[in-house]
Amino acid sequence: MTAMNRIDQRFAALKAARRPGLIPFITAGDPAPESTVAIMHALVAAGADLIELGVPFSDPMADGPVIQHANERALAKGVGLVQLFAWVREFRQRDAQTPIVLMGYLNPVEIMGHAAFAQAAVAAGVDGVLLVDCPVEELDTAQPIRDAGLAQIFLAAPTTDNARLSRICDEASGFLYYVSFAGITGAAKLSTDAVRERVAAIRTRAHTPVAVGFGVRDAESAAAIAGFADAVVIGSALVDTLAGSATAEEAAMRATAFLTPIRAALDALTAADAA
Amino acid sequence: MTDETIDFHALPDARGRFGSYGGVYVAETLMAPLAELTEAYERLSRDPEFIAEFDYDLKHYVGRPSPIYHAQRLSQKVGGAQILLKREDLNHTGAHKINNTIGQALVARRMGKRRIIAETGAGQHGVASATVCARLGLECVVYMGAVDIERQAINVYRMKLLGAQVVPVTSGSKTLKDALNEALRDWVTNVDSTFYMIGTVAGPHPYPQMVRDFNSVVGREARAQMLEQYGRLPHALVACVGGGSNAIGLFHAFLNDRDVRIVGAEAAGDGIETGRHAASLAAGRPGVLHGNRTYVLCDDNGQIIETHSVSAGLDYPGVGPEHAYLKDAGRAQYVGVTDDEALAAFHELARTEGILAALESSHAIAQGIKLARDMRKDELVLVNLSGRGDKDVHTIARREGLTLG
Ligand SMILES: Cc1ncc(COP(=O)(O)O)c(C=O)c1O
Repeated sequence: MTAMNRIDQRFAALKAARRPGLIPFITAGDPAPESTVAIMHALVAAGADLIELGVPFSDPMADGPVIQHANERALAKGVGLVQLFAWVREFRQRDAQTPIVLMGYLNPVEIMGHAAFAQAAVAAGVDGVLLVDCPVEELDTAQPIRDAGLAQIFLAAPTTDNARLSRICDEASGFLYYVSFAGITGAAKLSTDAVRERVAAIRTRAHTPVAVGFGVRDAESAAAIAGFADAVVIGSALVDTLAGSATAEEAAMRATAFLTPIRAALDALTAADAA
Repeated sequence: MTDETIDFHALPDARGRFGSYGGVYVAETLMAPLAELTEAYERLSRDPEFIAEFDYDLKHYVGRPSPIYHAQRLSQKVGGAQILLKREDLNHTGAHKINNTIGQALVARRMGKRRIIAETGAGQHGVASATVCARLGLECVVYMGAVDIERQAINVYRMKLLGAQVVPVTSGSKTLKDALNEALRDWVTNVDSTFYMIGTVAGPHPYPQMVRDFNSVVGREARAQMLEQYGRLPHALVACVGGGSNAIGLFHAFLNDRDVRIVGAEAAGDGIETGRHAASLAAGRPGVLHGNRTYVLCDDNGQIIETHSVSAGLDYPGVGPEHAYLKDAGRAQYVGVTDDEALAAFHELARTEGILAALESSHAIAQGIKLARDMRKDELVLVNLSGRGDKDVHTIARREGLTLG
């Protein structure tokens, strides 16, 4: 079952190559429904190792203005899970390797039904799910997602104490997503030293790779984090860059232009390491 | 009927659940501050000194107990059961909301948090928050939807007079739900310094329980007053339900009195059949919003939909999880009251009793009148008059084609 293992395979390959992973986040359906698949392919071509696809929601309480507005634009065009799964299926026709993780909030999943959601996600070629408002304490809610073989990605935050951290690490599959600061997406509060320390603490407990997101916006901040994390996640800065693209081609070009220097900066780390 | 073995006073469970509702559905960053709050509240709610401090403030600052008033002329006109009003409108700041903010401010102070954030719809909770913060010398930031700022201008100014900062929220539908989102975002960003004072029995655990406990003084008083003044419990209780804090405040003490019928009045706006309403329990479905599982108003894609009500305080697409539980358990019944029905009740109460009710409370009055009409003259309907209507006179005038200076 390759569908189950794309995330693990990808991280194993990255580790073997001593490459830090690069995980771009985009909001599905933004800046336009017809651009999503094109952006995804462009991101992979520019060096994305895994794609996080945001599921638009009307009340994204952990997101800053950039992703809020992306959600609003997508919703205004009627984007929902059904379309999103169709895009993943379309993407899979040309890319059977790149793992896809859906990131979103519980209510759209609740309304579709966790089992129906999980089944559709697997059928489309999704590999993992990150439900922002489903902490490890409410795990039973999302059991059908795990039962379907999808990785359930959990967040850890600077406020997470060690006892909860251990529990999260125990339950995590795919990778662990460390939120670099207490805040919403798109804020600029990144302190590399504090994150490094915390990631080291997570590593002593985690049996999965550790990705770091929030506050990573360019080659410099990505390289700083990639020095100690298994992967970096870049969201708001990319979503902001894509906003306002007139066509799918333009959006794809912007995605390429955005991600290429970041990939280069990460690869430079690997090269320096090897030297 | 309802299961006779349920002890309604035993909820929520340790995980903050009322049956399948409630819980803690928030982003990871908020788990620690919520655990800290749960622990502090559990400790304080059993601390005699804290309880004494709370009771003292309710008496001397809020002016409790609030009376139960027999609306005789209204009852006569309706021609059915006797309508009694629990006068929360007589509280300091003019609504039940102050019961909760007094309690939460005392918790915040004990926790050493000096920055308070709050969301508000009608502005009543914002005013109640600003009031207690002024009194305790705490910083106060109130998030309010831009649409609500427009329709509740008087309360916005009151908050400013009290020294609070009112932050307009322009995301989403620019109403209460978006103000709640924005307050949660602030809290995530400022977890160390900040106490989030939620204004209703929604949000993640422990809020539905804590806010209920602080407001349940309404029902405890009312139950004792009924026995003292009338020698019996009322046949029915009625309260309006936005998030549900005044309603659960009244209902809670009576939940195990199974002979007392309990009815919540939700905002049916233009009518539930028009889709332009805020009746989450009467017309919604179970989902997850703002940190808890409850009934929500959303479309088939799970997107929360815009609500409509003449009263800003009822304009909310979710509802407290305990109400969701009480509905499913059959212990309470939730019905819709339209804008027009609420306005008619507002006028009726004004003309027969000399009381200007808040538009929110007018929904309860309308439902109380409906119930009373079909009941015997010797039966009693107790309606929670959750707030006074001064804040709404501009809205009412505008709806009736008048402009006030
Ligand atoms: C007077 C009054 N009643 C009722 C409400 C609705 O809130 P809840 O359902 O939490 O009592 C409000 C909210 O602002 C209010 O101001």
